[in-house]
Amino acid sequence: MTKDILISAKDLRKTYRRGSEEVRAVDGVSLDIKAGEMTAIIGPSGSGKTTLLNMLGCLDNPTSGTLRVGGELVFGGHRELPEGELTLVRRRFYGYVFQKFYLVPTLTVLENIMLPGTFYRGEGGWNPREVMKLLGIDRREDHLPGELSGGEMQRVAIARALINGPKVLLADEPTGNLDSRRSEEIKEILKGLVSRGVAVLMVTHNLELAKAADRVLEIRDGRMH
Amino acid sequence: MTVYSIAYKNLLRKKTRTALTAGGIMLSAWVLATLLGFNKGYQQGLNRDIDNMGFQVLLTAKGCPYEAATLMLKGGTGLRYMDESILKDVYKYPEVDKITPMLMHGVFDPDKGESGAIAAYLGVDPATFPAMKPYLEFKQGAWFTDDEAYEAVLGYEAAELETREAGDLMLVIGVDKPVKVVGVLKRSGTQDDGTIFMPLGAVREMFGRKGKLTGLGIKVKKEADIPAFENKLYDLPDVQVVSMAQVKATIMNLVNSARVIVMGIAGIALIIAMAGVINTVLMSVMERYAEIGILKSMGAMPFDVFRLIWTETAILCGLGGAAGIGLAFVTAGLSEAAVRYFLPYAPNGALIALDPAITGFAFVLITAGGLLSGLYPAWRAARVRPLEAIRIEGEQ
Repeated sequence: MTKDILISAKDLRKTYRRGSEEVRAVDGVSLDIKAGEMTAIIGPSGSGKTTLLNMLGCLDNPTSGTLRVGGELVFGGHRELPEGELTLVRRRFYGYVFQKFYLVPTLTVLENIMLPGTFYRGEGGWNPREVMKLLGIDRREDHLPGELSGGEMQRVAIARALINGPKVLLADEPTGNLDSRRSEEIKEILKGLVSRGVAVLMVTHNLELAKAADRVLEIRDGRMH
Repeated sequence: MTVYSIAYKNLLRKKTRTALTAGGIMLSAWVLATLLGFNKGYQQGLNRDIDNMGFQVLLTAKGCPYEAATLMLKGGTGLRYMDESILKDVYKYPEVDKITPMLMHGVFDPDKGESGAIAAYLGVDPATFPAMKPYLEFKQGAWFTDDEAYEAVLGYEAAELETREAGDLMLVIGVDKPVKVVGVLKRSGTQDDGTIFMPLGAVREMFGRKGKLTGLGIKVKKEADIPAFENKLYDLPDVQVVSMAQVKATIMNLVNSARVIVMGIAGIALIIAMAGVINTVLMSVMERYAEIGILKSMGAMPFDVFRLIWTETAILCGLGGAAGIGLAFVTAGLSEAAVRYFLPYAPNGALIALDPAITGFAFVLITAGGLLSGLYPAWRAARVRPLEAIRIEGEQ
């Protein structure tokens, strides 16, 4: 169903020049990301996973191909959105979670979660206390990041990504810094979000986490297999 | 949660660095407020001192006008004398309202201070001098009874220095007969506080200066053209005309020359503080490069980031500036003592006049300077691209 497609990529390519050599980081990838679907991108290091995630998340421009987000052409043909407009697209559609949590050490858990809302409050955004409860960190509201475990910090980072009600959650190695128990917890949280209609697109080396996805896409040498 | 609270908490991440930078701004604000306050206080004090002299023109024997002005303001000894017949000549001018003749005499007192000092006595005419100084009030006693009487009226500080009260006797070096203190003045905040007044006739007799004067204080009529009158006075032989307006202008010129140098130093202090602000805020931006990128990936527009960093700068400068102004108030007494120690002449009264206009101006200037310095770091932060931050994350 077309209306469920949030991100549509056609023949995406990304090339770099390394001296005289041309490196094809992503080489003709086409895919659709739908609402309420968890997609995992796996592959060896340097295969182009993160580059693809960055392009799908409007953090990086493709060299060629087309990219539509919410039906709007973001890149393709002669169209390339300027940074300011890309920010507006990111505000409306995306939440990002990274391997490193990047929490502000002097802000409490609640303040870190509310940080994106200081700049922009999206329609359909989450109530901070509700999202904390959903992620099981409601008792840590007044704690500083330095007082949290790695798993708790990643939950705070997820809560921060969700606060403005994104339609797509992009996660780059969300369990990369966590032990197996904490990874399992994060997996359950991501599955819970999918059941609420959020599309989760993640890059991971964690096969257990990838198994929980509705779709697993393998990328090697920039090509989808 | 607002941008202000986030900015404030960001500053708390590196407390020592923030404190040092705010300290630099505080010192700049302190120097600036103190200098501006000194400029105003000195000018006010000088105006007050000269206005309280009671006369607008001083006539002395011909000599260096600067020496005459200094002698007059410091209550020093007169080195040249005029004949008292000049009184009649001056009275002929229609511009003259009142005249008071004066004879200043100094005697070296080896017991004064650590290695001796000049004790100065100002002989004044009991009939005219008190009328020219209506603001002088007595703490004890009253003016002299007779122009020839061996009596003295002590200024407030002179009485403290001589440890004398009304009714006490005091000895004058080289004079056999004791002098009776008949009055002690209340503090007036002028050079009169340090003066020993005696009847003109008695001073002449004590020091063998019969018929001599060191100065004539002339009060001119309200409608008189003072500069034109001063020019006319030069028709008199061997006199020096000291205009109070000229004295004021001359001293202010000297002070202004010194002020330019000191303001230059204050300017350098401001530039150093601004460099400190740029360094601190830029370093803070570089340290949070990835974090700023993440903020932008979460929907912060370049202006949002610019505002956040600039707000941090504003808080830093505002706190430092306010602390500097506070410090200027707290140390005003100390600064005044230092200024009095180094300046050859300082008027009476408060020398550092800190008022809302001066402190407000200093605060605004310092804060504006700081905000100007914060423009570049804030602009750098606003230009951070999210992807760069993520790449840095990947490389670390």
